[in-house]
Amino acid sequence: MTTASRRLRRLAPLAAVVGAGALLLTGCGPASSGSSDSGKFTYFGQTENTTIIDTLTTLSEDQCAAEEKAAPLTADKSAGAQFDQKLQLLAGQDALSNMSMAAGTPSLMKQFIDADQVLNLSDELDELGLTDKILPAAASTIEALYGEDDMYSLPTEFNIEGFWYNKQLLADNGIEVPATWDDLVAAAETLHGAGVQPFAADGKDGWPITRLVGNYIARDIGPDALKAVADGDAKLTDDEYVKAADAVAELGKAGYFGDAVGSIDYNAAMNQFLTGQAAFFYMGSWALANFNDETQNTIGLDNIGYAPFPEVEGGKGSIDQVPANVGVPVMFAEKGFGENQKAWLDCIVSNYGDTVLNDSGVVSGFTIDNPPADLPETTQTVQQVIADAPSSILWFEALFNSKATSVSQTNGGGLASGSLSGADFMKLVQDANDEG
Amino acid sequence: MERVLGDKRAVLILLGPALLLYSLIMLVPIIWSLGYTVMDGNPIVGFTFNGLDNFIKFFNDPAAWSAVWFTIRFAFVMTVLQVAAGYGLSLLYVFYLKKASSTIRTIIFFPIVLPTVAIALLFTRLFEAAPTTGPVNSFLNLLGIESVDWFGTPEASFWVLILMGLWQSMGFYGVLLYAGVLDIPEEMLESARLDGAGGWKLVRTIVLPLSLPVLLSSLIFSINGTLKVFDSVVALTNGGPGNATTPLTLYMFQTSFTYGQYGYGSTIALMLTILCLLFTVFIFRSTRRDLTKD
Repeated sequence: MTTASRRLRRLAPLAAVVGAGALLLTGCGPASSGSSDSGKFTYFGQTENTTIIDTLTTLSEDQCAAEEKAAPLTADKSAGAQFDQKLQLLAGQDALSNMSMAAGTPSLMKQFIDADQVLNLSDELDELGLTDKILPAAASTIEALYGEDDMYSLPTEFNIEGFWYNKQLLADNGIEVPATWDDLVAAAETLHGAGVQPFAADGKDGWPITRLVGNYIARDIGPDALKAVADGDAKLTDDEYVKAADAVAELGKAGYFGDAVGSIDYNAAMNQFLTGQAAFFYMGSWALANFNDETQNTIGLDNIGYAPFPEVEGGKGSIDQVPANVGVPVMFAEKGFGENQKAWLDCIVSNYGDTVLNDSGVVSGFTIDNPPADLPETTQTVQQVIADAPSSILWFEALFNSKATSVSQTNGGGLASGSLSGADFMKLVQDANDEG
Repeated sequence: MERVLGDKRAVLILLGPALLLYSLIMLVPIIWSLGYTVMDGNPIVGFTFNGLDNFIKFFNDPAAWSAVWFTIRFAFVMTVLQVAAGYGLSLLYVFYLKKASSTIRTIIFFPIVLPTVAIALLFTRLFEAAPTTGPVNSFLNLLGIESVDWFGTPEASFWVLILMGLWQSMGFYGVLLYAGVLDIPEEMLESARLDGAGGWKLVRTIVLPLSLPVLLSSLIFSINGTLKVFDSVVALTNGGPGNATTPLTLYMFQTSFTYGQYGYGSTIALMLTILCLLFTVFIFRSTRRDLTKD
């Protein structure tokens, strides 16, 4: 045996160990699809939202059948509460799905945009000649949300928010639709006195409660009040802002949100309203999909009315400034965007609006080519409010950082149960937002 | 055998792969995480060096201190209760149930094999106040007491967490300490009995000192496990109401993966490690003195 071959033999185990290590390290590295097109169209969404995936599935069987054949739709999902976390982890590994629901926190979306993780859809739609398929109001809402001049997500919904109410329960108790905050509090008092739970609310997730705080601020201090906080010109701990949180905490203290509201989740709150256990329900118009579902809605579609968030007497905001949002829009990953994914984008933008309106009664931010003949009254109301609104306002946490958003929503339940004062709540959120 | 182990190459081949694997999945992330403690940012926006800013932030962060306090309080209460309950069970097995103890041991040990999430779901339902009334509140209602929102107040949530942890783990500590108590020579117990020791006196003078080493191990097991509590809190209260039941582990997780602050999250992790180390050393020191006295 030569010296060289002996040396080779001695080195072989070492090489094997190093090789095994290298293989393991490769496994630890970011997931890589290798080519730009994986041959699939991957979608990642929140478990709670079944409307988008149902609509995509319908499209894949009908208008997008050719795209489905070329790149089958492959869906994955994660619970809404952990969704942003999961998106961050995927983005950190450069492994976002072709299409995902966008991050609920706009500041996180800004990070994705800055890191070139998500596709500039304005450019793509321009190239496809589909720019006019997006309603201008929806496009400007998305751009304002992320502070960009271009669009980085698609408005699969275009929602207005407000108080949905049970017409029968209000009539039985001689209550008019409240136009001011004081009217709303008086109505709640009457209902509570009559043994009816005034509000159904998802205290577990907190955001439906903090929306009330944000809207009160917009009605009282003016529509730009929260932008002033984001820009550092005002603080949530200022008296006029604390007043809003206190107003909501008062409702909580009086027990108007029902027992143990911190344990009530989204579906339970929806169920309370749709089975007639509560008179008012603050929610976005995405809930029309549930309202239109007869198995869920036992109080009847005709029995549900819409009241815009009431004015605050002496406030600078007005009742026609509608809290509006694009729900959870969908974004496309820059990575893995090939011809197949482009074809899917084309098909979705061209057909989503009609399909989701016809199948689920959801108003999206896409233009409608074939409106259904007989739209439910509630859906018509939503369309009318959107058409009539002179301007819109964003929600409470829209311009805050991830930590402030999370702190706000985890403490929303405390406001609703009356265990947290307005001043304490605002201090927690302001401190979190100051961390930048 | 001696020839094989004397050969350095053989040792390398035998130990190398395991060592490499261990280094890759344990040591590398630990060192990586240590590096992050002086960084700001996350994998999406990139990292920048920020010196000791994260440490300064930790000492000035009320949420971090609230998490430290919860962690210590939870660990202390839980350790005392689960080791005491476990020790009580072990004495019950050895001195009262004796040979008949195996069925009881199995039943009480059973919760430890159940997934924590399943147990948390069970306890969520047990203590539920709305939308449906759980068995505990139903029982209270039966006695004419109004339902309690167990997960709506910090104090009640804390005790439900403790109760759940205790129910799940006392069987494990019972078996662990049972092995230690079983090791005490029967002759020694017999002679103590002949000398007139019985009941509490026998436990205090003979059983307790002789089972001290295994008791010490249980304490260290328990304190380290409870300082790092995570899954049961996430599944039962998710740190709420507000951040009232948020331990350091959950705060670290939220900071890193919800707020996207990997550097600060790693600093919290380092602080937790130091806390675990301090407690372990403290327990070692305080018990060593007792052992040498005997």
